[in-house]
Formats: sequence, C-alpha cells, structure tokens
Amino acid sequence: MSDPLIQVTGLTMGWDDVILQKDATFHVDRGEVFAILGGSGCGKSTMLRNLIGLDPPMGGEISIAGVGHPNLAAGRPPFGVMFQGGALFGSLTVGENVGLQLEEWTKLPHEAIGAVVRAKLKLVGLDGAENKLPSEISGGMKKRAAIARAMALEPDLLFLDEPSAGLDPVSAVELDELILTLNRVLGLTVVLVSHELPSILKIAKRCIMLDKETASIIAEGDPRELRDGSPNPRVHEFFNRLPRAS
Amino acid sequence: MANPSTAVGSEKPETELRRSCVEPVVHGEHATLALRGRLTFPDAASIWTELRESVAGAKRGEHLDFDMSKVEAVDGGTMALLVHVRGELAARGVIADFVAASENVQALIHLYRGDIQPVRRRKRTHEGTLSEIGRVTLEFFSEVKRVLAFLGDVVMAVLGLLKEPKTGNWKELWPTMERTGADAVPIVVLINFLVGFVMAYQGARQLKQFGANIFVADLVGLSVTRELGPLMTAIILCGRSGAAFAAELGSMKVSEEIDALRTMGFGPVRYLVLPRTLALMLVLPVLTLLGDLVGMLGGVLVGMTSLDLTFGAYLSETHKALQTWDVFSGVIKSVIFGLAIALISCQQGFATTGGAEGVGRRTTASVVTTLFTLILLDAGFTMLFHAFNL
Repeated sequence: MSDPLIQVTGLTMGWDDVILQKDATFHVDRGEVFAILGGSGCGKSTMLRNLIGLDPPMGGEISIAGVGHPNLAAGRPPFGVMFQGGALFGSLTVGENVGLQLEEWTKLPHEAIGAVVRAKLKLVGLDGAENKLPSEISGGMKKRAAIARAMALEPDLLFLDEPSAGLDPVSAVELDELILTLNRVLGLTVVLVSHELPSILKIAKRCIMLDKETASIIAEGDPRELRDGSPNPRVHEFFNRLPRAS
Repeated sequence: MANPSTAVGSEKPETELRRSCVEPVVHGEHATLALRGRLTFPDAASIWTELRESVAGAKRGEHLDFDMSKVEAVDGGTMALLVHVRGELAARGVIADFVAASENVQALIHLYRGDIQPVRRRKRTHEGTLSEIGRVTLEFFSEVKRVLAFLGDVVMAVLGLLKEPKTGNWKELWPTMERTGADAVPIVVLINFLVGFVMAYQGARQLKQFGANIFVADLVGLSVTRELGPLMTAIILCGRSGAAFAAELGSMKVSEEIDALRTMGFGPVRYLVLPRTLALMLVLPVLTLLGDLVGMLGGVLVGMTSLDLTFGAYLSETHKALQTWDVFSGVIKSVIFGLAIALISCQQGFATTGGAEGVGRRTTASVVTTLFTLILLDAGFTMLFHAFNL
C-alpha cells in the first residue's frame, strides 16, 4: 500500500503569463526514488523550486509529510537539497559546509560535529576532503559533498537537482550507486530532477515526465516500462533518444 | 570563410570565371527560377543580389519553383539564404518550393527546413513611447517593491536577532570588520591626507591675501571633521567594500548558494546581511576619525611649509575652531553612511539575476546608487544640523 510523503495537487507553475505546467497532480511515496523528467525548458527545475519552497506555485497545493507547502522561513526544513552545481559555500571548507547546519540546528559540541561531518563525508566517498575548499575539488566531489551537506541533519527526504549532469560516466555511475545505497540502507526518499536517461533508468522506481508543449504531465510510472511500452510518441522519443518527428 | 569543398554535391574545381548561378525567372501561373552551378558561400553576396532581383517581380498567388536540377553543389550558408528568400516569398503570398534537387542537395534542403511550410516570422515591432514609459514605470515599482521587501526582511532579521542573539552569525563579524576596516586603512589615510592637503593649499592662496594664514587651520579642521572626512571615507568604503559585498552576494545568488542557505533553514539576511551591516557601522566611524586626523595633518603640512605656521600655532588654532560636536556629527553621519552602504550593496547582491553579466550590472548599480544616496544623506544631515543650529 502506498504511503505518500509528498502530495501535489493541481500544481500550476510559471511566471507572468508563461505557464510551464497546468494542474499537475502526482505523489511521491515514502522510501522511493522518484524522478521528474522532461526536455529542456519544460519546468523541471521550476517544479523542484516549488516543491522545496523556494518559489511559490501559481496555483495548486503541495504537501510534504502532511504539513503543507514548506515554509523555509519557519526554521529547520524537513528535507535536504542538493543543487545542480553543488552550491557549496566557496569561503568554507568542505567540512565546514557539511557541518554548517549541525552548528545551527543542533547543540552538539564541536568535537561531535567534527565526527558527524567526517562520517558523512566518508559515506559519500570523500574521506579526507574535510579541509579542502570547494575550489580544490572536482565537480563530482562537489556533488558528493553537497549530498553529504544535504544529509547532515538526517532528513527523510532528499531533493537532487540534476545529480549526474556534467559528470564523467564513471563518476555518474558512482553517484547513482551512492543514491541507491542511501535509499536502500537509510530508507531515504529521493526526488530527483534529471534528463540523464541511464541514471534515471538505473535508480528511479517511478517517474513523471513533463511536456513543454502541452504544459502537462504526459507520463507517470516505472521509467523502464515507459521506455519499453509507452504509447505516447513524445515519451517514446525521449526514452529512446529519438529526434522529434517534425 | 566557408570552404567550397564542404559544399554538398559533385566536386568540381572552380577554375573558370564565375557566371551567374541564377537564371531569369520565366513568369506565368507556374513560374520557375532555375539555379545552376556551384552555390557556395564565397559567392553568396552575388547570389543573394541576383536572387532578390529575380524574385522581385513575383506576384501574390503566383507559384514559383526553385529548380535545383542544374545545381552541382551547394553549401549550408547559401542554402540558408535560399530558404530565407523562400520564406520572404511566402510572406508576400508567393508559394515557392525547391524542385528537382539531387539526393545530396535535397538532404541539405531538408536539414535547413526548406521542405516544410515556411513559418511566417512576426516582425518585432518597435516599442512605442507610451509602452516604454509604462514598462519602465512597472520596472521601477517592482524594484521599489524588492527594496521594501528587503528592508522588511532586514527589520525582521534584526528583531529576531534581538530576541535570540545567539542565532547571529557572529563569527563572520570580526573577519568582515578586518576586511572592511583594517585592510582599508592605507587607502583611507592616503586619500584623506591628500584631501586635507589640497584643501589647505586652495584655502591658503586666498587667506594669504588678507594675512589670515592661521585661519587655514579653521577651514581644514571644520570642513574635514564635519563634511569631507565622513564623506570621503564613506565613498572609499562604498567603492571598496560595498562593491565587494554586491559582487560577493551576487555571485552567491547566481550559483544558488543563497537558495541553498534558505533550504537549510538559514535566513540569508540574518546570516549574510547583518554581519556585513554591523561590521560597516562599526568600522566606518573609526576610519572616519582616522581620516579626520590625517586630513588635518595634511593641513598642518601645508601650514608649516607654505604659510610659515608652527605646528603648535596650527594645533592651537584647530583646537579653538573645533568643538566636540563637529567631530561627533561626522561620526554620527558615518554610522548612517555605513548602514546605507551595507544595505544597498547587499540588496543589489540579493537582486542579482542572469549570471556573470548580472553580477557586473548589480555591482555597478550598487556603487552608483550608494554614491547618490551618500550625497543625498549628507545634504540631508547638513540641512538637519542647520535647522537645529548644530
């Protein structure tokens, strides 16, 4: 039986007179890896910003853990977010980036925070990178560090914006493995925005596909099943990397 | 320049003098425009001219075929021009199609979308004066709204900080004070010394005529402590620290670091703006006092070297001319100047959009707006102090 952690109902998003999606309704079950897919400009990142409360939707309702639309100004958010480029603070070391929320939201002593930070970094394969500055590590390492930072407060829910974009194939596969491990071992619910097909097919249990032209969700389900048997030509083109029929 | 060898079609070196590639149109109900030879980009200008001349007489409703059967080769750039002319004809109501093309040429036609219904491009209409005024007004009000929202956030953050002082980002305060204060000492000293020096020189030339050399100390002392010291120091910090704040926060904004802060439950204003604002409000008065001192030293140097004044006489006259309020009023101004510089530059940083260009634009806007505000505030203070006889 499904146990929705996120419930989105009638979401309309865009800006001014630009409507990216109309009346989008879907849910994300607790403990699943859920992907938001679609071509460029269909509103994937805007949907993510709506979900995490950075931008208000034009209409509709978003509820996370039954609490309603997240209010970031209210304090400690119930989720972690990894931004596309990592968004690590350049003036802080990797360790300080990961420990920032621990200092803010917990009463742990400095030594304990250090221990948690080192453990989180080890978990994401960044053992020993604690004292490096973000400028001294690679793109893949930045993303791993950003995941460690997003997980610092042990959230149940992780939002990932294009986790494997811009990474070499090996780093991308390693990151996929990491996400799967976190999902399987820690029971994390992961919502990711991506258009990296190999990654989606490997890690996502369910997905929705957004379409720019119809401004709607044109497919929902297991990405592997959508690839193999979707009757929708746009979904077929997307999953089979075919040029759009003119 | 396009290499003719990349043209699609049969390979044939171009040795003979170029002859026209566009044959005259045979007009009629079903007109034909025959193209021939090698249509390559080095000849694009002449092909373009010939083509436009040939189709100039085509009438609405006419059907015009671009006969490609004699085309030996065509490259991408030239095909783009042909497709453009076809689109222009369509806009005039002339139905034009490419016909009898070889397989290779047909592939290029397809690639450049010359085989689909031309899409009528909407002409970009020039924005009318009224609509431009409307747009600028709306932009102005949305900027005002952004500034007010920012100020509201600052007030809320200050109230939150007063309620729970432990939640402040205090560890950022000292490094910011060092960066904006201690590191700025050399430039503040140099500029204020030169201002005092120049002012004394200019004043001395006039005062010498009346044998009133000693009053140069009054002139420099009063103007430096009441006006020039606070203003020049604030201008230096505006260019130095204000621009740095705007660029730093702007970069953080475009690289989503500020969004990341928000998603971690940190108030960006409390975390980033308050330490910077407090730092500037604390260091600017200190730098202003330092500026006052070295400005007067600039006057001393001129007095001693050009006006035959002794150090003691100059100091005594300065002491007589200056009152505590003169120095204190400058310090009050500098606190407000510090607040203005920090808030404007941080607001501009937070309002940054559009990547590196946006950061540059907002940094410039930050400096210009701050300078304007500083002068405005200074004039306001002068009128206020004058009204209260201070």
